[in-house]
Amino acid sequence: MNSPAPILIRATGLTKKYEDFVAVNGIDFSVAKGDSFGFLGPNGAGKSTTMRIIAATLNRSSGSIEILGKDPELHGPQIRAHLGVVPQQDNLDQALTVTENLYVYGRYFGLPKKFIRAKIEELLEFAALEEKRDVKVEALSGGMKRRLTIARALISEPEILMLDEPTTGLDPQARHILWDRLFRLKEQGVTLLITTHYMDEAEQLCDRLIVMDKGSIMAEDSPSGLIKTYSTKEVLEVRFGSDKNALVAGELEALCERIEVLPDRILMYGEDGEHLLHTMKESGLQPLTSLVRRSSLEDVFLRLTGRSLIE
Amino acid sequence: MLVSAAVAIADARIGKYGERTFSGRPHTVMERSYIAFKSSAWIVVLSGFVEPLLYLFSFGYGLGKFIGTMNVGHGHVVTYAAYIAPALLATSAMNGAIYDSTFNVFWKIKFDRIYEGMLATSLGPLDVALGEIGWALLRGFAYAVGFTTVIVPMGLIQNWWGILAIPAAVLIAFGFAAIGMAITTYMNSFQQMNMIQVVMLPMFLFSGSFYPLSVYPHWTQEIIKALPLWHAITLVRSLTLGDISLGLLPHIAYFLVMIFLGLFFTTRRLTALFMR
Amino acid sequence: MTNKELERQGSLKIVDTAKIMKYGALFVASARLRTLSKWMISVIAASFANPLFYLLSIGVGIGSFVNAHSTNHTIDGVPYLTFLAPALLAMVAIQDGLSEVTLPTLQGFLWEKNFFAMNATPITGKQIALGTFLAAVTRTFFSVLVYFIVIVAFGAVDSGRSWIAIITAMFASSAFAALMMGITAWAKNSDLLLTFVGRFIVMPLFLFSGTFYPLSSMPIFLQWLGWISPLWHSIELGRYFTYGHHLSGTALALHFGYLLAMLVFGLLFSFNEFEKRLSK
Repeated sequence: MNSPAPILIRATGLTKKYEDFVAVNGIDFSVAKGDSFGFLGPNGAGKSTTMRIIAATLNRSSGSIEILGKDPELHGPQIRAHLGVVPQQDNLDQALTVTENLYVYGRYFGLPKKFIRAKIEELLEFAALEEKRDVKVEALSGGMKRRLTIARALISEPEILMLDEPTTGLDPQARHILWDRLFRLKEQGVTLLITTHYMDEAEQLCDRLIVMDKGSIMAEDSPSGLIKTYSTKEVLEVRFGSDKNALVAGELEALCERIEVLPDRILMYGEDGEHLLHTMKESGLQPLTSLVRRSSLEDVFLRLTGRSLIE
Repeated sequence: MLVSAAVAIADARIGKYGERTFSGRPHTVMERSYIAFKSSAWIVVLSGFVEPLLYLFSFGYGLGKFIGTMNVGHGHVVTYAAYIAPALLATSAMNGAIYDSTFNVFWKIKFDRIYEGMLATSLGPLDVALGEIGWALLRGFAYAVGFTTVIVPMGLIQNWWGILAIPAAVLIAFGFAAIGMAITTYMNSFQQMNMIQVVMLPMFLFSGSFYPLSVYPHWTQEIIKALPLWHAITLVRSLTLGDISLGLLPHIAYFLVMIFLGLFFTTRRLTALFMR
Repeated sequence: MTNKELERQGSLKIVDTAKIMKYGALFVASARLRTLSKWMISVIAASFANPLFYLLSIGVGIGSFVNAHSTNHTIDGVPYLTFLAPALLAMVAIQDGLSEVTLPTLQGFLWEKNFFAMNATPITGKQIALGTFLAAVTRTFFSVLVYFIVIVAFGAVDSGRSWIAIITAMFASSAFAALMMGITAWAKNSDLLLTFVGRFIVMPLFLFSGTFYPLSSMPIFLQWLGWISPLWHSIELGRYFTYGHHLSGTALALHFGYLLAMLVFGLLFSFNEFEKRLSK
């Protein structure tokens, strides 16, 4: 058997306080080499703050963090040399073309010109931007900009690629292209760190996840492990009309393992959704609409926090 | 363990002085400016070179007819054009440096978020500060060289000490670029940025560019002598007129202090803005 | 119906298309002036601060050397400050008029595209142009008035009819503004245009239009700069009215005629460019 992959990032009691609020509240986690590690949570959960601390561009308030055995506050430049950073909002150089962006970024790392020129060809192909190579950045579409930002982050051949909400604001097609590229990187053994508030993205991309809310970790596991622990196999969603949902809730509760009453619908958790629907109808309850689906991370989050991910 | 080139380069600086704020690569930041500059509007850059020449022709030769000669002390008498030329040289070094270190920097911080991108790499804030100030300095230097090459054949610099006006212009541009960028990093709005322009013109008009300070009341003279442009003009004028003495040292020291303060505060502020 | 409903109905205004079609330009102008009025004091302060600095630095400072050097033959027979003041007055007018047309025009077509929004109402392109122009002229008038009071306070005017210089300055300002408004609407690359106009048109105008010394003392091959410059024509007229600078009847007519021609041409050109750009 192979020895376990080395730990690249290890945080203990990591805390970031601002004057009047705690953005990250004493969290512990570790990321092993080759992991695809996700931070899932709503806006303001403390994901981006954690990312910035890892990226050595934000100082922690207390706790400890080591990235490749180094403290980011003492060895910022050395740690950043290992990282490729894709920020939430693109900060590409608007004055430059696609290739110039890549070139200049490589130079910031001190890389030799020859090395960068060869690398640019590889990255243009990877990001499917060969035809846009001499185009100014402002003329690119949102999806292209994102891909360029990822390509830019890869110019220094980083061990860890950090992506903060990589597909927020992209249309479905652009998201899938992006996911495909990230898969390829994963296959190449690049360690991925991803924050997201999309559960489908977390399920697609991450081997391991921590679910964050209000600066704390609520749970940690693989996506399927989380669903197993915190939810049932299937979910039945029913609607009775907005004023009746609460009235029938009591009756429904007896039929399944657990229910969640949301403003517009009721979620019923069980192993077999169709069966659940059948017994419900037999007991004389006729919903306006019904839908059987598999449990998702959304259900995990609802269970853990009593709130929906996207509000 | 096999490490990437980027890591090897960064690791090579471990243990060196200032390793957390400086990676020894301000030239890569200047390279970025150069690449951006190549595709930018040449006419804007050119105009900064033409401006002091227009002043020289209009004031030096036009108005000069009605003024005659200027007495510059030690029984030295020069034409009015020769009197204002060094002032315009110092001013163009200042303007060149200020263009790139204020509005351009403000734009990069507020809208393009260029420094955020730079500081996510293994660069440190001092690399960014030195690179940007260095580029601004280059523009000031270029204007000064351009202006000098025009005025030498016109006979406005008549002694060899005048060559030193070029390194003096570098010092002046460096000082203004450093202070300009430092101030800009503290600015929040365009209205505040406009204040910089509001200060520049009166400084140019009252710092002894066109006539000696002796026309002013004593208290006004003292205020003007505290301003950087007066030191710049006095330094360059002394050099082009060949009036060399130890008395020039305070002017040089003034600019060295400006450079130091500018770099210090720029680095500190960039750290606070992007790395805290 | 309840009182509330009645009230609401009463306050509903029917859009008076005929009225808009007649007074569209005035609507545009008053909208522009209303946004400006918030900034009025700082705008005026900024626009006359610079000429004030020139007045002090060049008029008083250099003036003391000019007056000392030319005791027997002062420029145009008057103290230097008196000579310079009407020129700076005209310059304030021209500079202000220019920025008051170029900025809203760029804003209207490029930055905020509000001209297109206006044009979606019955207001025509010509009315938008005229309205922008009228707002600029009104705004400029206040700067010029303030500046005139300053030069009077400096004792830089000599005669009872010197107030007419306000009108001649406004005349040149309007002519130049009308022309530049059209050019701004016509130009594609706006940011570049602003820099270009500022550095290659306004700056040379300012320095070579006989502002600081008579145009005639410039080499003849440079004097044409003054002849085409609205600033020079305005300065000649201003000097005529503030201290009695000598002008023949023909010269007077030529100066006025040139500015009038520029004004008429500028406005027609602007109307045309506004209509063209809005219908694209």
